[in-house]
Amino acid sequence: MIEFENVSKHYGTFKVLDGCTTRVAKGEVVVVCGPSGSGKSTLIKLVNGLEPYDGGRLTVAGIDPGARGTDLPALRARVGMLFQHFELFPHLSVLANLTLAQEKVLKRSAVDARQRALALLDRVGLAAHAHKYPAQLSGGQQQRVAIARALTLDPLCMLFDEPTSALDPEMVQEVLDVMVELARDGMTMLCVTHEMGFARKVADRILFMDQGQILEDCSAEAFFGDLGQRSPRAQAFLSRILAH
Amino acid sequence: MDFSVIIDNLGYFTWGAYPDGPLGGAALTLLLSLLSGVAAGVLGLAWGIALVVSRGWLRWVLVGVLGFLRAIPVLMLMFWAYFLLPILFHVDVPALATVVCALSLIGGAYLAHGVAAGIGSLPAGQWAAAKALGLRPGQVLRLVILPQALPIMLPSFLNQWVSLIKDTSLAYVIGVGELSYVATQVSNRVMVHPVQIFLFVALVYFLFCSALQWLAHRLARRVPSRSHR
Repeated sequence: MIEFENVSKHYGTFKVLDGCTTRVAKGEVVVVCGPSGSGKSTLIKLVNGLEPYDGGRLTVAGIDPGARGTDLPALRARVGMLFQHFELFPHLSVLANLTLAQEKVLKRSAVDARQRALALLDRVGLAAHAHKYPAQLSGGQQQRVAIARALTLDPLCMLFDEPTSALDPEMVQEVLDVMVELARDGMTMLCVTHEMGFARKVADRILFMDQGQILEDCSAEAFFGDLGQRSPRAQAFLSRILAH
Repeated sequence: MDFSVIIDNLGYFTWGAYPDGPLGGAALTLLLSLLSGVAAGVLGLAWGIALVVSRGWLRWVLVGVLGFLRAIPVLMLMFWAYFLLPILFHVDVPALATVVCALSLIGGAYLAHGVAAGIGSLPAGQWAAAKALGLRPGQVLRLVILPQALPIMLPSFLNQWVSLIKDTSLAYVIGVGELSYVATQVSNRVMVHPVQIFLFVALVYFLFCSALQWLAHRLARRVPSRSHR
């Protein structure tokens, strides 16, 4: 589904990504972790072309987001993305947030879009909030609406950019629960997150990144099972993150 | 104080010589304000968006042109257009068009930076989220960015429109018969009531500007600004 082949990216002379190679198969859940500034957010933003890359090759469902002729909006419509700060559109009601792209991008009729939106709101447990505005919802509720919004386009795969790191602790679980459910339903997911409990529970594979490189790329069992086998930097990172 | 001079000339203050002659007075002031207000708004919006989306030399050209327009007095632009263009290019520029163009170019240049700042005040994540949903660049602006940025820009539009209403009075230097011009005419003719006449003129400008402010307030209440997070 998603294949990185020796992908690099520079900001000036600074290497944000340095020869990253990995692949995410259909239905796989891959968690990307690593210290801040390691390039993990940048890595997933390449997938839907929010950031360009300048070396190597990346394909998403066979399409290269960096190629000249690629219709990026069309590719993005097939790739759902979640953000740290939810990024619901504050001037639109919850329902309008969910129908906007269906009508404007997929050209669905208003009736179909509304029906799909309400079904997905129900799925994330927020059907009663359809007519509220994002500012009237809690952070956890907003992020669940954002997940529903991404799902309205029936994405092939979904990207998560630290979806719970801006949430109050008591709201983290409700968002993780929705993500676990998605994973169990077979969604292809690439998640940047520090939630190691989530990673242990649903991830098929873990990528550990540092200084723009993928240092570890192994199954979740191997990653958490035998820390002694991991690189020293991964061990140091894990000991800090698992300490609390 | 004897205000009969106002009553006696009320028609002239309001319409100028219309319908026997060209439209003038307060009506012309209103017309000039409306036309140049709309044109300045459109230009300001277009230039402001261009400021945000353009890169490289194109952006520097734009910044240069806007800087130039903001640096020259409206009066000078009117003079140039009205007296210089006919000499240089042998084109006859109608006085009304000159005024509207000068006011909208300069007003638009002022607004452009307000528009750019309004757009820039939105978190980058809103652009990213809109793009991530597959919206095309024009749709991102029209459906997501501008509906949020316009209410933020309203105060700077209001400022610009208020000062534009007052700047229409500069049109009198090229003989456009708007309110200040007809007031000066009447004052020169009757000679003895300048205080009454110019108090009245001030009142009319005050009413126009206050009406605009009142309208903007109502508009702002209809579009409640919603906090982003």
